[in-house]
Amino acid sequence: MSGALIRAEDLEVGYAQPVVGPLSFTVLPGEVVGLAGPNGSGKSTVLKALANHVRVFAGNMHRRSELTIGWLQQQPLQLPEMPFNGWEYLRYARAADAPPAHLAAWLDQRVDSLSGGQFQLLNVWAVLSSVAELLLLDEPTNNLDVEGEQSLANTLKQLEQRRGVLLVSHDRAFLERVCDRVLEVGG
Amino acid sequence: MNLSILFDPLFATPLAVGLGLSLLLPVLGALLRLRDEWLAALGLAHLAGASGLIGMAVGLPVVLGAPLGALIGAAAKNSGRLTGNTVYALMILLGWCVTLLVAANTPLGAVMGHALIDGQLYLAGAGHLAAVVALLVLALVALPYLIPHVVRARLQPSFEAANRLPSWRWHLGFDLLAALGIAVGAAAVGVMAAFALAFVPPWVAFRISGSWRQCLLISAAVALIAYLVAFAAALLLDQPFGPVLVAVLLLTAFALKLAKR
Repeated sequence: MSGALIRAEDLEVGYAQPVVGPLSFTVLPGEVVGLAGPNGSGKSTVLKALANHVRVFAGNMHRRSELTIGWLQQQPLQLPEMPFNGWEYLRYARAADAPPAHLAAWLDQRVDSLSGGQFQLLNVWAVLSSVAELLLLDEPTNNLDVEGEQSLANTLKQLEQRRGVLLVSHDRAFLERVCDRVLEVGG
Repeated sequence: MNLSILFDPLFATPLAVGLGLSLLLPVLGALLRLRDEWLAALGLAHLAGASGLIGMAVGLPVVLGAPLGALIGAAAKNSGRLTGNTVYALMILLGWCVTLLVAANTPLGAVMGHALIDGQLYLAGAGHLAAVVALLVLALVALPYLIPHVVRARLQPSFEAANRLPSWRWHLGFDLLAALGIAVGAAAVGVMAAFALAFVPPWVAFRISGSWRQCLLISAAVALIAYLVAFAAALLLDQPFGPVLVAVLLLTAFALKLAKR
């Protein structure tokens, strides 16, 4: 598995004490790997560990050299005042691709005036269109309507072969629709 | 009212010093507000005031002494555990007590302490102008690099840690630039006026602008117009510059907010 973007071996991660693990998995280029499990099983904590935000108590985590990571958090940060329009938000997120038409339609608005679904879609697109090779998507379908969810599924299906995705979702049907394989966490 | 005083060459240097500051301080203030560190401007200004006075005691001009304290404060903030407005509140308290104690115990300190608090822009000379020009050049070079990093760190704070980026470079870099800007501002226009230039225009612009670009432009424009009005009003009405500038900034801010409604 030398071509893996990331490889975890017997990984135990958590905060003051371990909350999940031991877990072993790999994410290869071109793969969409799902993480499923009941609420509180530690799915998001696994993503946080890969993004250096929580403690690793045991096991190993190997990142490919020079790996770039894009991370969509479960609740993207919404500041009380965000005087940025959608285009600027994407530019500062270093989104590389032109946004789809349904997104571009409201990118002239300030991001703090967007609905929860629009803001989520904006953040999903910011991560998907970045240059990152490994994408960590934590509940990306939160607040999305059917059209937004379909757009996300289509984009994941057309992912470049150099990139991989680790996707956390409570929506089992969505995971099975877009993932190459699904790992169970906890429970 | 003698209008010819506005065109007296004696005031050309102070006018240029204030123009430079009123362009730069609002931009730094907008970035501080974005980071929810708007109190930084007041904290750094107080430290700058205190170190300016201490510097004078050992023979340093205020324009050199003031930045030292602010730079030390910014560096200490980056190396310590305290973050956000807590550290700036501590700077305000420290700067305030040192300023008043130095002012109370040295003959020149009392005069200069008042000058730093009130703002004596009309006494700004070649040293102040050189400091402002150097500051503007530094900002023109550094901000195009710093702004994208500072903004991204605020909008997507997880990105830096996830990619193990050397984020201390731009956080420290911006803190030092802000400290330098506020300190030079405090030495030239006074502690509260420097704070007001960094706080009020971004406060208004954050509310009324439709984009970040607009926000920076409105911040600078509000500061520039308010500064020019205050400069003329203080001269013509023979009033201290600092309080007049603060009053004009506040009036401009409320007028713009009303107009937006």
